[in-house]
Amino acid sequence: MGDARTLYDKIWDDHLVDTQDDGASLLYIDRHLVHEVTSPQAFEGLRTSGRTVRRTDATFAVADHNVPTKDLHLGIVEPQSKLQVETLEANVKEFGVNYFSMTDDRRGIVHIIGPEQGLTLPGMTIVCGDSHTSTHGAFGSLAHGIGTSEVEHVLATQTLIQNKAKNMLIQVNGELGAGVTAKDLALAIIGNIGTAGGTGCVIEYAGDAVLSLSMEGRMTLCNMTIEAGARAGLIAPDQTTFDYVKGRAYAPKAGAYEQAVSYWKTLATDEGAHFDETVVMDAADIVPYVTWGTSPEDALPITGTVPAPSSFADSGKQIAAERALKYMGLEAGMKLTDIEVDHVFVGSCTNGRIEDLRAVAEVVKGKTVKDTVNAIIVPGSGLVKIQAEEEGLDVIFTEAGFEWREPGCSMCLAMNADRLEDGDRCASTSNRNFEGRQGRGGRTHLVSPVMAAAAAITGHLTDIRDFG
Amino acid sequence: MEKFTKLTGIAAAMPLVNIDTDMIIPKQFLKTIQRVGLGKNLFAEMRYEDDGSDRQDFVLNQPAYRKAEILVAGDNFGCGSSREHAPWALLDFGIRCVISTSFADIFYNNCFKNGILPIVVSKEQHEKLLDDADRGSNATISVDLEAQEIKGPDGGTISFELEPFRKHCLLNGLDDIGLTLEKTDKVDRFEEQQKLSQPWLQK
Repeated sequence: MGDARTLYDKIWDDHLVDTQDDGASLLYIDRHLVHEVTSPQAFEGLRTSGRTVRRTDATFAVADHNVPTKDLHLGIVEPQSKLQVETLEANVKEFGVNYFSMTDDRRGIVHIIGPEQGLTLPGMTIVCGDSHTSTHGAFGSLAHGIGTSEVEHVLATQTLIQNKAKNMLIQVNGELGAGVTAKDLALAIIGNIGTAGGTGCVIEYAGDAVLSLSMEGRMTLCNMTIEAGARAGLIAPDQTTFDYVKGRAYAPKAGAYEQAVSYWKTLATDEGAHFDETVVMDAADIVPYVTWGTSPEDALPITGTVPAPSSFADSGKQIAAERALKYMGLEAGMKLTDIEVDHVFVGSCTNGRIEDLRAVAEVVKGKTVKDTVNAIIVPGSGLVKIQAEEEGLDVIFTEAGFEWREPGCSMCLAMNADRLEDGDRCASTSNRNFEGRQGRGGRTHLVSPVMAAAAAITGHLTDIRDFG
Repeated sequence: MEKFTKLTGIAAAMPLVNIDTDMIIPKQFLKTIQRVGLGKNLFAEMRYEDDGSDRQDFVLNQPAYRKAEILVAGDNFGCGSSREHAPWALLDFGIRCVISTSFADIFYNNCFKNGILPIVVSKEQHEKLLDDADRGSNATISVDLEAQEIKGPDGGTISFELEPFRKHCLLNGLDDIGLTLEKTDKVDRFEEQQKLSQPWLQK
């Protein structure tokens, strides 16, 4: 089956501009998303060398990392954050790049608004100076994060120098149980293969459990691919994908849409195509997951206990686990459901979409956030916020005692004012539980939106399946 | 970008696995709009006490390692965020070479754009190098990029692999945007062809 190709192979082949004798390839980039944190030095580089943006029509910018999520009328108070956003505004103006401003309803987290606007399409190559660009792979587009030098390279040339990655297949058979979400699937996979498990690979997710996910769920799964170390995650586009894309602002219209769909249908991996690595999992084995440590691979079923460092075979992992337990203030052997939290964060490019908010609302409707818990909900975009308010979700949240905020990256990485203080412990729907990620000394437990909702009500990590 | 040819310098050991880019350069320092000046913030939360004083248990604060130019780091170094501020901070501190058993993909790429050589070695070689880096003022390691060799203080030699194009760019300090712009005619042709095959992608 020498001619059988994977989804990744096909997108790669269709974007190859040049391959040098030494193997370095030049890949054409269809979409370039830009935010304020990783772009100033790239624009400065263009300016210094007298270069321009090759395709302004393919380049879209938004400020998301530094933006406040409350009291917007005050503007950005912190001077450095303000300067970074103002620098982006000056750069998009100077170089003619598309921009969703801070007063535009279409603003939001870059990985939420790309799909929302139809900027993310199957079969595309998409890059952004942000590791969670892997999110867009949910559409069967080859999408990955790049550094600032590469941002400059793409701005100037609309291409990227790449070496082809290996193909990895993660096949999840069967059906996810009640209360088990795409986030749990992602954590279970990372817990299984480790944070370096996908290094050097592009992962294709397949199997009934994956294909039965909504686009929102698929985005959550692909978003977390970077936490498994892979360059990108992919899901073959199907009717679910085509239906989601149809009618969106930047999606192909009328006749072009049908033409696009017929091309997109050719992208699925061919029968018998070669994968360098394959992992098969059974959805029936997956339960709600939480993290106990300071790496996303420190993920366990909520029914488990905090592990002893000595339980790890690898000496490096033993040392890391000891450090993690100390940082997290946990004792080996304690039940995960006994871990009390004082903060809950719902949001981020992982779980800040409308479906996530609806799931939270269903859990918390008519209930009250525990008085020891500070709980905030940050919609992923201005349009998600508007949609949620039209559905009355904001009322459910505020009546239950959640704070309802403006869109942005917020407490996922705490570059704005939303952050944990030393020793605070948070059940978070975000993607990283690294030391200091949500604020210096802050302790993060990664969970799904419904698990975060349950923890907000009970004040401790809770198995959503036992929550009534 | 500064060339990388040969480097002989102090190697510091950071054997912890999964050192992420949030550890290398915490987010509060990402608000800069420049590439330089981040060295003082490198590993900030591991390196400084709350009051800003040095933490004595952190390797780069120890007298023998304050001028380290090489890091021997635990597996999966540079995982997490794509922030190029991580290699900028390493470079600004004076680190030109990082050796590990594996690197996260984006961090690995970012190093080459900044004249930093990331080297992947086997577990056994890594243990030997960690041991070499534990020798305080004698923890001197030599790296020869042309020969693709590392020499420890005992004179033992370790060979390493590297993609030829990356090696070429690093040895010559090449600006790869300039190299790609030489292929503009090929990019033009690609765009013309794509306009026919996938007309919805370009205006």
